[in-house]
Amino acid sequence: MADGKTSSIRALGSRLLDRAEPLIKGVIYVSGWSSILFVAAIFFFIFKEAAPVLSSVDWGSFFFENRWIPNPADENKAPSYGAAGIIYGTFAITVVSMLIAMPLGLAAAVYISEFATGKTKEILKILVELLAAIPSIIWGFIGLVIMSPIIQWVFGVEVGVNLFNASLMVAFMAIPLIVSISEDSLRAVPDSYREAALALGASRWEMIYRVLFPAAKNGLLAAAMLGVGRAVGETMAVWMASGGTEQFGLLFDRVKAMTATIASEMKDTAHGDEHYQMLFVIGIVLLIICVIINVLSDLVIKGVKKKHS
Amino acid sequence: MPDHHHIDFRNVTVRYGNDIALDGLDFHVRKNTIFGIVGPANSGKTTLLKCINRTIDFTSTASVDGRVRIDGENVREIKNVYSLRRRIGMVFPLPVGLPLSIYENVAYGPRRAGIHDKGQLDEIVERCLKQSVLWDEVKDRLHSLGTKLSGGQQQRLTLARALSLEPEILCLDEFSIAIDPVTTMKIEDVLVNLREKMTIILVTNLIQQAQRIADDMMFLNDSDIVEIGPTAELFANPKHTLTAKYLSGEMG
Amino acid sequence: MAAPRAQHPFTASSHERTKLFREKVARNLMLVAALALIVPVLAIIVYLFYKASPVLSFSYIIDDPGPMGKSGGIWLPLMGTFYLVLTSLFIVAPIGILAGIYLNEYAPDNWLTRAIGMAVTSLAGVPSIVHAMFGVGAFVAFMKMGESLIAAACTIAVMTIPVIVTATREALAAVPMSFREACWNMGATKWQTTRTIVLPNSVSGILTGVILEVSRAAGETAPILFTGAAASVAINTSSLDRKLVPYDLDDKFMALSYHLYMVADKIAGMPEEMKFGVAAVLIALILSINSVSIALRSWLRSRKKW
Repeated sequence: MADGKTSSIRALGSRLLDRAEPLIKGVIYVSGWSSILFVAAIFFFIFKEAAPVLSSVDWGSFFFENRWIPNPADENKAPSYGAAGIIYGTFAITVVSMLIAMPLGLAAAVYISEFATGKTKEILKILVELLAAIPSIIWGFIGLVIMSPIIQWVFGVEVGVNLFNASLMVAFMAIPLIVSISEDSLRAVPDSYREAALALGASRWEMIYRVLFPAAKNGLLAAAMLGVGRAVGETMAVWMASGGTEQFGLLFDRVKAMTATIASEMKDTAHGDEHYQMLFVIGIVLLIICVIINVLSDLVIKGVKKKHS
Repeated sequence: MPDHHHIDFRNVTVRYGNDIALDGLDFHVRKNTIFGIVGPANSGKTTLLKCINRTIDFTSTASVDGRVRIDGENVREIKNVYSLRRRIGMVFPLPVGLPLSIYENVAYGPRRAGIHDKGQLDEIVERCLKQSVLWDEVKDRLHSLGTKLSGGQQQRLTLARALSLEPEILCLDEFSIAIDPVTTMKIEDVLVNLREKMTIILVTNLIQQAQRIADDMMFLNDSDIVEIGPTAELFANPKHTLTAKYLSGEMG
Repeated sequence: MAAPRAQHPFTASSHERTKLFREKVARNLMLVAALALIVPVLAIIVYLFYKASPVLSFSYIIDDPGPMGKSGGIWLPLMGTFYLVLTSLFIVAPIGILAGIYLNEYAPDNWLTRAIGMAVTSLAGVPSIVHAMFGVGAFVAFMKMGESLIAAACTIAVMTIPVIVTATREALAAVPMSFREACWNMGATKWQTTRTIVLPNSVSGILTGVILEVSRAAGETAPILFTGAAASVAINTSSLDRKLVPYDLDDKFMALSYHLYMVADKIAGMPEEMKFGVAAVLIALILSINSVSIALRSWLRSRKKW
């Protein structure tokens, strides 16, 4: 009978899986610990590749001089690695994109969490989730091919790929993250707070900025931090939409970010030459900034969860 | 040997962090008897049961001192804790139907113990569901989900599961909370019959239930034993005023 | 005409009226903000497909790209993305799922577990370009894989570990503790409990994580830049098996995302519709993968077993 056969196969499988328990347990433990190994390996290899140049980097020039000339035209001149313009580019894109993304993201989160109901809420949440799925290369493409002419036309500027364009693209990438984290932290505020404020005669809007925002401020802070982390680490969109000139550019000037510098120059280097190693130095700076931001915001979020549970 | 000490607690103390849940308990349970445990909430009844099958190990804050022996064997020293748990059926107050079919709920324990023969499993399932007075209600839908049963039915399903491994000890923690009085009486009859095969520890908040079926009884209060003895004696002339108060319902 | 109505005791005072007005303005502003995110993006996507429509056809999908991608189709990049995703999934799914099981079922509450949690968070925070550099240092150079499909897949795998770990952990945590206790009471071991009760009831959540990994892996560009993606490959796809499996693990490969970067930014005189065609296919691919995961989630939520 078929039934008897399947049940005996099942019995055999079950017995095998039970017999293998010590082995499986070992594999589970090793996999669990592997994340630590990978993080350690990332730090190890990024430092290892940069190591030969680390002792000889002119840090003053690296941080404060805008002279990034890895391959001087005049072969008699020494290459120069002043990354101030590049660091400025990352900083400027982060600031401008957060100026766009924070208010928009927060407002959308408040709308979804406090005003939207039923189907509208469901649909908005799904759309935000889909927005988050759009990969950075698509944003780069939109910035380069679609936004650039629009910016030229609307603002009457010569170059469409600039600080503003890149920041706008990064803002759109960071917004879904900001919306979902902010919405989580608003939802974590107990309903009793809302009811108490409304019962005292506050309008909903007063309730939101007098009661909800203060109560959810840590979560909102975490959302902002994660947004910053996303902006600092973003590569493709920034690369394609920012213009790629290392300078202290204004809103409609070309700029160049740290990530884009690595992406655009890595292929021109030979494994192990000085330029290659300097790109890894930039990598170290990026790595440290982003890991710190992520770990801190995670701690803030966990703190929020503990407080309300 | 009617006086055989099946379960033996010697100076058992359990702490959760700094809170004492059981304070130096000394008592024993005779084989093939029903041992009733009564007492107010938080007197340590559930913790006591968890010491017997060592599920207390899963509470990371708990520390256990003293000795619990089953058939003279210290449970701490049993290497294969899973075989220990298979010897002890456990029913806790909250009914838990596993998200499996009714049939698989009962067959779960036997399967884990390596029984896969269809005929044998069918037999076990039918026997256990009959013992837990659930058979008539579910015999036509053995393959529907156990979690979709009513609370009282799930509680009896939990009992059936506990019986599925023919345990030598059956621990019931307020099993009748979600079950109607008529069914409760039927299950009590079953328990009285099961006494021939196993030792039963019955934690209950129904004093009459203990009076009806327990051979011996223990009154637990504030992590400690107040009084212990044959049920009839405890009800007839309690030695302790607290016992008298509790059994007469004067103490909450 | 109508008699003057008596002053209703609950009529708003002028102060309250401004308050209500302000609330209305605030509410509408927030609605505008929510729409400001979504409407332009929808418009851009529609525009993208409109501009791509001249090339979008069955032959565009199954033809190999012409010289520099100025003509022809996208078969080779599409297959490259497919095999990249598949290989990375083979590597990351077991590690990620098992790590999630460890963290939720086995890990004791101690410093090591907290360190692992922090490591997962850090992995999620490492910028994709740094993952790319790690891939160059560790897989391409140190492990001598060279620029290849396998090196790129390994890099993507490390990057997407947090996606699967987090999804698995959440899915397992959603299974009530009482189920586990019931199993332990019947003498089931931790692994038996995990295998028979916990995993079967969290498959949906884990699957959602896997699908999200696929979507991430298919869209990423930076991590494959220097680990194996190529602007063009010399592969003769005239035989059917070469058509279906164009790459070996140690080959350089084309990928949709990298192909999009090349046609959009790097090659002069690229016909517009060729650029938009690649973008349209990539975004359609990613949005449909994510829609599947959303649909799956809501379907499984509706047939929960408890």
